[in-house]
Amino acid sequence: MTSGDVAVRIKGVSHQFGEAGEAQHVRALLDTSIDIARGELLCLIGPSGCGKSTLLNVMGGLMTPTSGAVEVAGKPVRGPRPHDIAFVFQEHALFPWNTVDENVRLGMLFQGVPKAEHEPRARKSLEAVGLAEFANHYPGQLSGGMRQRAALARALSLETGILLMDEPFGALDEQTRMILGEDLSVLLARTEKTIVFVTHSLGEAVFLADRVAVFTARPGTIKKIIRVDEPHPRKPEFVTSEKFTELRNELYALLHDEIRKTVSESARAREGM
Amino acid sequence: MTSRRNDRAAGIGSRAVQVGFLVAVFILWYLATTRWGVNRLLLPNPISVWHQLLDVLQTGEYLPDLRVTLTELAAAFVLATTSGTIVGYFVSRTRYTIRVFDPLFAGIYSIPIILFLPLYVLFFGLGPASKIALGTTISFFPIVINTIAGFGNVDRTLVTAARSMGASDYQLFRYVLLPAALPVILTGLRMGFTVALLSIIGSETIASLAGLGHHIVELAEGMDMSRMFAYIAFVVMIAAILNGAVSYLEARGRRRG
Repeated sequence: MTSGDVAVRIKGVSHQFGEAGEAQHVRALLDTSIDIARGELLCLIGPSGCGKSTLLNVMGGLMTPTSGAVEVAGKPVRGPRPHDIAFVFQEHALFPWNTVDENVRLGMLFQGVPKAEHEPRARKSLEAVGLAEFANHYPGQLSGGMRQRAALARALSLETGILLMDEPFGALDEQTRMILGEDLSVLLARTEKTIVFVTHSLGEAVFLADRVAVFTARPGTIKKIIRVDEPHPRKPEFVTSEKFTELRNELYALLHDEIRKTVSESARAREGM
Repeated sequence: MTSRRNDRAAGIGSRAVQVGFLVAVFILWYLATTRWGVNRLLLPNPISVWHQLLDVLQTGEYLPDLRVTLTELAAAFVLATTSGTIVGYFVSRTRYTIRVFDPLFAGIYSIPIILFLPLYVLFFGLGPASKIALGTTISFFPIVINTIAGFGNVDRTLVTAARSMGASDYQLFRYVLLPAALPVILTGLRMGFTVALLSIIGSETIASLAGLGHHIVELAEGMDMSRMFAYIAFVVMIAAILNGAVSYLEARGRRRG
């Protein structure tokens, strides 16, 4: 990979919460490095608390790592980069007192998009996620899946090169997340975005990703990277193919030991209390 | 549908009981003065109170006292609102200041601040200044406490999301913190208004030169019981109108926020 093709470069990032010796001390991430190519969809998967969300926040400049560095477009990340990076959070993070349309426009106002572009860009992004008819609804009037679509529309309207998604479908039921996954694959095949997608779901990771980075138990680091060679947009049939099952099983085998470690560690921690 | 009808029926039912209760009080009051021989100096006849009330309203003689009381109330409420929201906002900015000042304000709020009235009269005299000072002090606390709670409990995810999209400090305040805190602050303002009204009229009855509370005490000392009761009814009306207006504004502000 030449440096021109790298959208995000993560170099030896470690992060700990609190100081060593404190009760709250947690080593979340340990010396993690990876280059993310322009236009690729990278999934981060790993046991709970392995630091994948931490890594995402570090990439987006929402958190400064204890050591190591992140570069976006060759420049080090030192804070939020609203023109390069948009987020979709686990809990949609829509402003409940604004309508869906107002939420999308507010994002553009924060980013500094000229007023004249707000209306067409809001309409375009709401149409892209299939929420055009719900533009004047409040988040509280929408289902969980629709709220995540609205949050995605807000992120899309910012027209950033990079999209960071932190378990965006984590709170949804299996069927809704399947449909959203399919729609996302179609949507993203049309854009040239670089996407990092944190998930707990093996199926979701295989279905969406170009590469899946599997994390070890805490302190997390990348254990192995698995490549999924399948063109976007992914068809629903992909889920039932031999290839999908093999990749899913491979991920499961990699993750299984790490999840065991996490479970026994938290059991030990509880005994210690 | 049926449940809504039942709700409405229950609503009408409890309204009927409330109205019935008031009617019963008036009947007992009337009987006590006409049949049971309760001293007119202690309890005037409700009919003569009614006539006195009409007279008070028609002559407009309440205007100077009403003006004094309302001016005191307005001044106290404006001062308490300004100081309470500003102090509350700055206290809410860090966890440390919240931890220090929130319990402190809550503690002071729980003591009967009216105890300081003699001191305030000493400092500010018998005129409106001491009422304004007391009203401000008392209504400052619910306002500051609710402002701290409002700004202090804003969902962190929303703040992070706004920051990630590039919101400036001003935009963060205007579009995230303020709308998130507004409903709680408005409740504080309503509570502050209620206690300001209460303490100002109350302190007028204790030590003052003018105002509605002062006038009621004057009538009591002159043994003009029917007129005094008429004035009490008048003040109850004024208070009900003011509190109703403030609750209405609160509800409107919530909907818009």
